[in-house]
Amino acid sequence: MNVIDTLIGGLLLGGLYTLFAIGLSLIFGVMRLVNIAHGDFIVLAAYIAYLVIGATGLHPLVALLVVIPIMAVIGYLLQKWVLNRTMGDDDVLPPLLVTFGLAVIIQNALLAAFTSNSMRLSAGSLQTSSLPLGSIQIGLLPLFTLLMAVVLVIVLEFIFARTRIGRAFRATSDDPQIASAIGVRADHIYALAMAISFATIAIASVFLAMRSNFDPYSGPARLIYGFEAVIIGGLGSFYGTLAGGLVLGLAQSFGAQISPNMQILSGHLVFFIILALRPRGLFPKAP
Amino acid sequence: MSEPSHPSSDWRRFIAISALLVIGLAAAPLWADRAGLRLLGEMYSLLTLALLWNLLAGYAGLLSVGQQAFVGIGGYTLFSATIFLGVSPYVAILLGIVLAALAAALFAPLLFRLEGAYFAIGSWVAAETIYLVFTMIPQLGGGAGMSLPAAVVRGIAEDRSTREFIIYWLLLAAGTGTLFGAYALLRSKVGLALTALRDNPTAAASLGIDIWRAKFWTYVGVAAAVSAVSSLIFLQKLRISPASGFSLNDWTVTIIFIVVIGGIGRLEGAIVGTAVYFLLREFLANLGPVYMIVLGTIAIITMIFARRGIWGFLEARFGWSLLPTTRLPPHEDKI
Amino acid sequence: MAEPLLSIDRLSSGYGDFQALFELSFDLQQGEMLGLVGANGAGKTTLFRAIMGLLPRQQDMVRFRGQPIGALPTSDLATLGIAMVPEGRRLFRSLSVEENLRIAGDYGRKGHWTLERIYALFPILAEKRHAPALSLSGGQQQMVAIGRALIANPDLILFDEISLGLAPIVVNEVYAAFPAILASGVGAIVVEQDIARVRKIARHLVCIREGRIVLDGAAETLTLHDLTVTYFGE
Repeated sequence: MNVIDTLIGGLLLGGLYTLFAIGLSLIFGVMRLVNIAHGDFIVLAAYIAYLVIGATGLHPLVALLVVIPIMAVIGYLLQKWVLNRTMGDDDVLPPLLVTFGLAVIIQNALLAAFTSNSMRLSAGSLQTSSLPLGSIQIGLLPLFTLLMAVVLVIVLEFIFARTRIGRAFRATSDDPQIASAIGVRADHIYALAMAISFATIAIASVFLAMRSNFDPYSGPARLIYGFEAVIIGGLGSFYGTLAGGLVLGLAQSFGAQISPNMQILSGHLVFFIILALRPRGLFPKAP
Repeated sequence: MSEPSHPSSDWRRFIAISALLVIGLAAAPLWADRAGLRLLGEMYSLLTLALLWNLLAGYAGLLSVGQQAFVGIGGYTLFSATIFLGVSPYVAILLGIVLAALAAALFAPLLFRLEGAYFAIGSWVAAETIYLVFTMIPQLGGGAGMSLPAAVVRGIAEDRSTREFIIYWLLLAAGTGTLFGAYALLRSKVGLALTALRDNPTAAASLGIDIWRAKFWTYVGVAAAVSAVSSLIFLQKLRISPASGFSLNDWTVTIIFIVVIGGIGRLEGAIVGTAVYFLLREFLANLGPVYMIVLGTIAIITMIFARRGIWGFLEARFGWSLLPTTRLPPHEDKI
Repeated sequence: MAEPLLSIDRLSSGYGDFQALFELSFDLQQGEMLGLVGANGAGKTTLFRAIMGLLPRQQDMVRFRGQPIGALPTSDLATLGIAMVPEGRRLFRSLSVEENLRIAGDYGRKGHWTLERIYALFPILAEKRHAPALSLSGGQQQMVAIGRALIANPDLILFDEISLGLAPIVVNEVYAAFPAILASGVGAIVVEQDIARVRKIARHLVCIREGRIVLDGAAETLTLHDLTVTYFGE
């Protein structure tokens, strides 16, 4: 194992962490909401993908075409019917505690439905193929994951910067009252933001499930990695989130070189170092 | 908002009833069997943790999802200090208090940089970090954990019954002490500052209250108290492992559900919540995962429809208030 | 008289338990400019917020072209034809000048006012169209706020203290746009501290004090003395 190997491995891992992070980053940006069940919804989506694949025999990546709309609808309705009722008066407790309750419900519901045995989605030849780069072999699946993350970040940046719905997201985030006075329905905008967040959850879930085992309790760790990526990168921009994901991936990758049980701890340590030295993250939005 | 002052006759009656209740509970070794004592002791420990979490989240606005860190520190310090330093369990408990306070003081300045809701996950990362560090120290037995040697246990009392009585009384003292300590704290100047902080941070700042400091000392103080209770819990359990000491489910999820269901920002809420929790557990625990699903659902419904929990509902409906602490409830308004 | 554009009928409202408005009633005719005056804290901004649904009110307390709108959510008012230029401008800070205008156009109605016509009315905004809205001077920001209301092609605009914090010369510049705005047929309620200025542009004056209407009449029938009395009491 040399440094280049570790570096590339870290960047590729960072792609996966960016996928975990991007939906969190989005809903925090639009409505200051933190979804504690984010990781558990990733796992739920993985189980939905498992069921879809079981019923249709599709490749996981094709199954995404089914899983994404399912998750987006769940996200929209969750926001519209449940979370919107807890928002709007500056008290961060209710929405946070509701998603906390959801996290526990999802974990236990998955446990009841699927037992605690871990499973994995088979990606066929994608799983084992690799691309030779000089003396290094780059796994096709991790490479594809990173590309997916980059594409998703660019698409979301484009939506936010250039489209009508993106303007509505930013305006509602700036001043929900004035946004409603010009005709923007905050409850609908919030639900749309959650729907997009859940679409990214679907994508993250399938890439996670093709790459490693998952079980009903895999959610919280994904939430934490996503959260660390968001904070390391700095709130307010998707490019920041991508950078945060890559830094976290690198930290874990180099940590694992020291000792296998240092991998996750190194990620946490980098998170706290960033918090100490650059509390607004590496790439904060200009004030 | 409830009146802070009681009509004095009611107040005297309340004191008398509370005193009788505490004496009755203190005499439990006379009327309860071993299993009964254990159950009561467990109730006191969860009540104490719930009261402490309520102080953090319901008053100081610090929604911590990482309290298991200080439970783990308390438990592990008890075991390692008695085993490796040869000190008495009581000295080990004090050491645990100091260590937990230090850990909290180390993380607080970093965590307080996280905006509102992100503090919650940040506190969780801090707990995960401490947990991982503990699993990496080989002397602590790694994932398998460690047991408290019989010699150490006998340091409390020679025979088993006396030992169990002492631990029971210590837990009872922790519960009642925390309850009335929290009550006194919240009615003191510091408590008013905390309450102001939770209800209106901007106004609190303009009143000259140092918000950061109030939060800091609450966080550190609660960590110390959690560590003390945890030492008692593991003194009874006699075994600790990273999974049990740093359990998110046992020490944070359960506690949050207790407080939310009972009534956040209400001291009585923790008592009601603990009672409801044990009742539900009695009837539903054999359902396994379904039990947690029921608890989670009740907590969500509470947050959406009766944000101030069972006690808040009773208070609004019947004007009940045992331990009024002049705190405005969160708004019930919806968007 | 034709049906009023806006009817306020025994409107009461407030913040939580605090009642700030007490049974206010008045009418605004189509294309009319109404001056709303009163001391600080009299309830002018509160009235605007209640009309817009940002504060609680009831179904029949507000009627627009005869239709009760007191139970509608704020976000439905733009398509009905009501817009507000809020106190303190409150531009969207992460949007550029043009985006601030464009988003109001997206959700508002189509009609006379387009991006081009707003730029023709306030040429400086065309120059700064891609600048972040909050990088503009106070007067220019006020122009954006007015443009943001106009581009939704409303029948009624609520102007809240548009001269607040602006230099007198800049205020003149902003008010210079008013004839063009009124010529497009829009009705307006203007909250303004400068009574002399209000009397110049508004034919109908309503004065409120401590949440109650104390004067309601044609501008030319009300003397400066009448108005001063309403500000400070007898």
